[in-house]
Amino acid sequence: MISAILVMVLLAVVLGAVLGFASIKFKVEGNPLVEKIEATLPQTQCGQCGFAGCRPYAEAVAAGQAEPNKCVPGGDNVAKNLAELLGVEFKPVGGDEGVGPKPRMVAFIDESTCIGCTACIKVCPVDAIVGTTKMMHTILATPCTGCELCVPACPVNCISMIPVGQNIATWKWQYPVFELTVMANRRPEK
Amino acid sequence: MRTLHKFHGGVHPPEHKTESSRLPIAAAPLPQRLVVPLRQHIGNPAIPIVKVGDHVLKGQMIGAADGFISVAVHAPTSGTVSAIELHAVPHPSGLPDLCITIEADGEDRWTERQPLDYQTADPDAVRALLRDAGIVGLGGAVFPAYVKLNPDQQKIKTLILNGAECEPWITSDDLLMRERATEIVSGVKIMAHLMQPEEVLIGIEDNKPEAIAAMQAACQGTGFAVVTAPVLYPSGGEKQLIKLLTGKEVPSGQRPINIGVLCSNTGTAYTVHRAVYHGEAVISRIITITGNVTKPQNFEALIGTPLGELVQLAGGARPDTSHFILGGPMMGFDLLNHLDAPLTKAINCVIAASPALFPPKPAAMPCIRCTQCAQACPCDLQPQELFWFSQSKNFDKARAYNLFDCIECGCCDYVCPSHIPLVSYFRYTKSEIAAQDREKMAAEQARQRFEFKQMREEREKAEKAARMAEKAATAAAAKAAAAASGVEDPITAAKQAAIQAAVERAKAKKAEAAAALPPSPQPSPAGGEGVNNTEPS
Repeated sequence: MISAILVMVLLAVVLGAVLGFASIKFKVEGNPLVEKIEATLPQTQCGQCGFAGCRPYAEAVAAGQAEPNKCVPGGDNVAKNLAELLGVEFKPVGGDEGVGPKPRMVAFIDESTCIGCTACIKVCPVDAIVGTTKMMHTILATPCTGCELCVPACPVNCISMIPVGQNIATWKWQYPVFELTVMANRRPEK
Repeated sequence: MRTLHKFHGGVHPPEHKTESSRLPIAAAPLPQRLVVPLRQHIGNPAIPIVKVGDHVLKGQMIGAADGFISVAVHAPTSGTVSAIELHAVPHPSGLPDLCITIEADGEDRWTERQPLDYQTADPDAVRALLRDAGIVGLGGAVFPAYVKLNPDQQKIKTLILNGAECEPWITSDDLLMRERATEIVSGVKIMAHLMQPEEVLIGIEDNKPEAIAAMQAACQGTGFAVVTAPVLYPSGGEKQLIKLLTGKEVPSGQRPINIGVLCSNTGTAYTVHRAVYHGEAVISRIITITGNVTKPQNFEALIGTPLGELVQLAGGARPDTSHFILGGPMMGFDLLNHLDAPLTKAINCVIAASPALFPPKPAAMPCIRCTQCAQACPCDLQPQELFWFSQSKNFDKARAYNLFDCIECGCCDYVCPSHIPLVSYFRYTKSEIAAQDREKMAAEQARQRFEFKQMREEREKAEKAARMAEKAATAAAAKAAAAASGVEDPITAAKQAAIQAAVERAKAKKAEAAAALPPSPQPSPAGGEGVNNTEPS
């Protein structure tokens, strides 16, 4: 009887020590889910999800404080991936109809209208606007994420969004589609 | 006789070589207008270095290499630059690309040509010459030759010259080897000088006896071995030819140089010879015009010649021609923008297609998992699985099943009993994965820039706060220092002095008035006088 209790106690102590050691030794730094969610997001930093950038949104989704279908630039693809990652049911972005990923856009400054107020430079999340006070501004097309944050910031409405067209370098092969033809000699069904 | 090693799979479609190989290479006449695309190679397109209205000479550089993976492009004839704008180019998308248009002046006057003695020159100088002469792999990949012909501390055991030309209908390499074997071998010598291989093999399929004889004659006394291989498509694939001739397999995701082998096309060797011995840039190439034309033949045409003019030279397309195929029927693509597109370095063949020659494929049926495609795949892949993943857009899985080892040779399409266009699915999946990778990279860069901006804003805030604190501290310190040393402010001192002077004057006045008064009674010892004195006068 006593030996049995001793064995069980000893076992409990040893296993407890192993578990305690493991919890210190293999401690996970930060929340790995946040990193995974952030890697899924398109990093436009547009704030259309209601958070001040992709990282805060990722943190909120990981903490269960935000729905995974709020990323407008990512569209349903990102929402689907996030739902899969979190193991929840997929809900389309922006209601039942759902939206695909937005076509990629870049901002463009009409240089004859720009007054050089630097208001857009301050709001650009990726520092893609070049210019200084009372000097004309311009947007670097490559780093521009198309977040549209600069559009309302401009006091003279000189910023417009231009869709990025396809060129030979970015062109993609299409999914094979076939024309369906009705066979002529088919007997009509009764 | 060298032992050949069989590569996996392969097919043997009808060859159709004799149509275009009966006549010798004809020189195409000088066209009125030449359109030279700036993107004729893998990597960055060349940067235009001429302006509209400039007069250029034949062989003059008009676009300079941009970055490492890039080469120059040249004026194919003398004339005037009339436009630098988007123009139809031979590409499966049918999209236009930036081109330089030259109106020929008819003189065809060469620029100054500078040959190079490669034996004594620095290898880097030879490579720079190859870059500036616009030399790329003419086998189809159009990879800059100067990048490839750099041993970079790797020991090269075998240099292979690829003269297999396994694709049906095409005979441009065949005719080049028949007629210009000496120049090709001379180009191979230059390549061998740069790479220092232990052996040089020239692989040719045995359906080209004249080419084999010519190359053997040209190789006399060089130590290069001409190896004939049985006809089996795609023996001209780089990795397949390496397996065939050396028995070595290039590991997945690696390049032949990793196993000490370098493979180059015959046309590339020829252009290397022209560049080094004659100082001539790549401004022309041999192209096969065949299929549903009245007089199929090979032409030596200037880069930038409209493909329609070349089809006319071959007698023109017959009335029942439905479309044109660029490249061979196995790996080529349909020319969407018809025949306005110019000849580029990559194009070796135009086939006029008719329903009789290329009957339309029957409608695709469901995959029955017969695995005939897997047996035919020269890359030892599982096309039926890749098809499954591509159809369901399961891109990660497709990548995991080595989709990127697929060379799009079309063997699986050819054998599929259900007529499934497998390669179309693989091309779609590959380009989707590539686009996803590009987007991921752009997102990663955007994240880094966003984090940098946040870091910069924090730093600026901290710096501002630090500046304010420093200013306040300096002011306080100055005050404290002044108080400690007793040195007064000059303004305060002047004021104090003025007040002091006024007080002195008032005292003096008082004293005068007191002296003028009649003597008072003797003051009491109690100091009553003092009390009186203090009274205002």
